[in-house]
Amino acid sequence: MLKTFVVHVENKPGVLTRVASLFRRRAFNIDSLTVGRTEKPEVSRMTITVDADRDQARRIEASLYKLVNVLLVEDITEEPAITRDLAMIKVAAQHDQRSHVLQLANVFRARVVDVAPDSVILEITGGEDKIDGLLEVLRPFGVLEMVRTGIVAMRRGAKSSTVPATEEFHEVAAETAEDDGQSV
Amino acid sequence: MGLGGGIRTHSDGEDVADMIKTGSQIIWECLEREGVKHVFGYPGGAILPAYDALKQSQIHHVLVRHEQGATHMADGYARASGRTGVAVATSGPGATNMVTGIATAMMDSSPIVCITGQVGSKLIGSDAFQETDITGVTLPITKHNYLVTHASQLARTLREAFYVASSGRPGPVLVDITKDAQQSSCEFDWESAKPQLPGYRPDLSPTQDDYAKALKLIQAAKRPVILAGHGIMVSGAMNEVRELADRTGIPVTLTLLGIGAFPASHPLNLGMMGMHGEAWVNTTIQEADLLIALGMRFDDRVTGNLKTYAPKAKKIQVEIDPSEINKNVKLDVALIGDLREVLREMLPRLQPVDCSEWRAYIDGLKGETAVRDIQNLPDSGHLYAAHVINDLWQETRGGDVVVVTDVGQHQMWEAQYFKHEAARSLITSGGLGTMGFALPAAIGVKVARPEAEVWVVVGDGGFQMTMAELATMVQENLKINIAIINNGYLGMVRQWQEFFYDRNYESTPLLSPNFAKLAEAFGIRSSVVKERRQVVPAVQAARRHDGPVLIDFQVEQEDSVYPMVAAGAGLHEMIRRPNPLVETAEDE
Ligand SMILES: Cc1cc2nc3c(=O)[nH]c(=O)nc-3n(C[C@H](O)[C@H](O)[C@H](O)COP(=O)(O)OP(=O)(O)OC[C@H]3O[C@@H](n4cnc5c(N)ncnc54)[C@H](O)[C@@H]3O)c2cc1C
Ligand SMILES: Cc1ncc(C[n+]2csc(CCOP(=O)(O)OP(=O)(O)O)c2C)c(N)n1
Ligand SMILES: [Mg+2]
Repeated sequence: MLKTFVVHVENKPGVLTRVASLFRRRAFNIDSLTVGRTEKPEVSRMTITVDADRDQARRIEASLYKLVNVLLVEDITEEPAITRDLAMIKVAAQHDQRSHVLQLANVFRARVVDVAPDSVILEITGGEDKIDGLLEVLRPFGVLEMVRTGIVAMRRGAKSSTVPATEEFHEVAAETAEDDGQSV
Repeated sequence: MGLGGGIRTHSDGEDVADMIKTGSQIIWECLEREGVKHVFGYPGGAILPAYDALKQSQIHHVLVRHEQGATHMADGYARASGRTGVAVATSGPGATNMVTGIATAMMDSSPIVCITGQVGSKLIGSDAFQETDITGVTLPITKHNYLVTHASQLARTLREAFYVASSGRPGPVLVDITKDAQQSSCEFDWESAKPQLPGYRPDLSPTQDDYAKALKLIQAAKRPVILAGHGIMVSGAMNEVRELADRTGIPVTLTLLGIGAFPASHPLNLGMMGMHGEAWVNTTIQEADLLIALGMRFDDRVTGNLKTYAPKAKKIQVEIDPSEINKNVKLDVALIGDLREVLREMLPRLQPVDCSEWRAYIDGLKGETAVRDIQNLPDSGHLYAAHVINDLWQETRGGDVVVVTDVGQHQMWEAQYFKHEAARSLITSGGLGTMGFALPAAIGVKVARPEAEVWVVVGDGGFQMTMAELATMVQENLKINIAIINNGYLGMVRQWQEFFYDRNYESTPLLSPNFAKLAEAFGIRSSVVKERRQVVPAVQAARRHDGPVLIDFQVEQEDSVYPMVAAGAGLHEMIRRPNPLVETAEDE
């Protein structure tokens, strides 16, 4: 089944490659991967959905943690969470069909962001099902182009996924480093 | 390992604030501060600034003949000593030549730091002369890697590199340093360049609940067996494992890389498991009701077919790397943490386990096997590799001896017939199975442990892959003894062709140079041995000579390693050595 991971990583060059390469190397298939900034400038956040069973999900989590730049991994599949995907869909809409298309957009709470003589662009945000639903009803009109951002997710309620202040981490790491300087 | 309690104070009063140094100087100074005394390397344009600063350093540079050799030397150095090995190369071809050695170290969790030069930072991405994206190339075969483009990043990066390489589950770390980062200057302040690794936590430990579950399973077992692996050496838990066995009476089996972690002469030591493990060991595992895996990762050469592996056994694994848990074998209890610490926690709570019946059963299995042992063949005038290994072991018994093997049949015979008593006394490439490993790795071993007696056991095939390092050995004045097990074939592959490809010996017969003469050309003493009675005198002569010696042991060409569990077969489905007397008749 599809598992959703929220992964906090150090905001450094090459980290995305490391994460993507890990999934390829361990033969896990990424369904969607998004990455962006967070409330902390030194931390980026990824939302990754991947097709995996429970054991595989645990191994993915452990393997992600092995990457030195990964700060926090959470499997939020079973947790109450908001997941959102954004899509832009360019639909063929001749004069006679335009009002019908706009009606459908309205039903799905999609926004019209561009209107041309023969087409419109709709923007829709929501869970994957909702977007798939809109796409389905638009198909008969002719979908000319579509782009989706992939999923971003956040847990509901007060419990939040965020990494401890980095200073704290640094000290722990530095102390450990000194202790272990000589041992293997 | 672990956070520990002690707060270290740094030598106060040292005025580092206005120490301006070049990146090149900083590299060597950081290495010195990490305790590095030797590096293995090969110069070239992009690393020349660093080489230029080398003469001001105390570090001894071993000039290799191929960068692959440098990485195997660093690896051998690390495996023999537990200290991080260091290899240095230039950009482009120098760096790509390191790839095999890095992958070898990665598979066997060996701590090495590889330093490569890189083209100037402004040229990166322009396909400049000798530019290779080596951090990209080595991404999947390093524990971590870095590209350094400013001198000011060097101290912290190198400190992190050594820390990451040697802590937790060790592994190779590559630091790629642009030429301008080596040439430019900055303030060097070691103390304040502390590692910043917020995401790196190598020090996990099990919960009390996990301990309780494990202890309960152990105390309840009737047919338990310990699977001892390489992690014992990494963790330095040899004494704890011994105490565990002594206290509980549970028999011990070893992986290839675990050999030496538990003394061969210990009455509870059953020997090696797996594809070419002893038959009674594999049967023991298949019949067991509890496996206690200590620092071993259930490699496929250890388990055979997973569907039929140890079907009656509960499984406990003590492992430092959480990603190993339930990877190949489904566990009943996982104790995640450093093995030594985990065992120290468990030992006081353990009672003897009554497995006398179980041990008697295992002893019964052993007796049956002895008949098939080639050592018990009447001397037919043929020289078998097993004879060479056995006699070498007998001759060197009791000494501080390290055997470094290559990959192939000779490697398996070494594992079967050389009885290792001490940790870090067998150095071999297990996970990657890298031919060409032995000679360079042995150079690293000898540099790390100059007082040890070092023997290379190598096939005629693998020796020819890296024999250029003979020159390195001679230039460094290293007393290393080389035993070529010369069977005229890529023997292990020939064996597979014999068993699985209708004896179609395609591309496995091997023409070799006159190894004795070759040795002479390097100024190395040599001899040729064709009969069993010559083995001991040749070994003795080699040991007496105070320089390097090469012995060309010309052995039976078409012998095979038994028992063998074919790839994908169950661990109990072993191909056994045919009854020796029948076999001899067939062979004539
Ligand atoms: C031709 C050939 C034939 C082979 N045949 C056999 C065979 O018959 N039998 C056999 O056993 N092998 C065989 N091998 C080797 C095999 O491929 C593996 O390399 C070997 O089994 C791995 O042994 P290991 O799991 O003990 O060591 P490693 O692969 O080094 O694994 C060590 C494990 O210990 C863990 N560890 C490290 N440090 C610690 C710590 N401080 N605390 C706790 N855990 C730690 C690591 O995370 C890792 O999981 C063969 C290889 C070749 C080339
Ligand atoms: C670099 C590399 N190439 C190929 C192999 C595949 N391989 C495994 S064993 C072997 C034969 C080794 O022959 P030799 O060195 O003569 O040792 P022997 O088996 O005869 O003792 C080969 C080709 C390998 N392990 N490593
Ligand atoms: Mg051979």
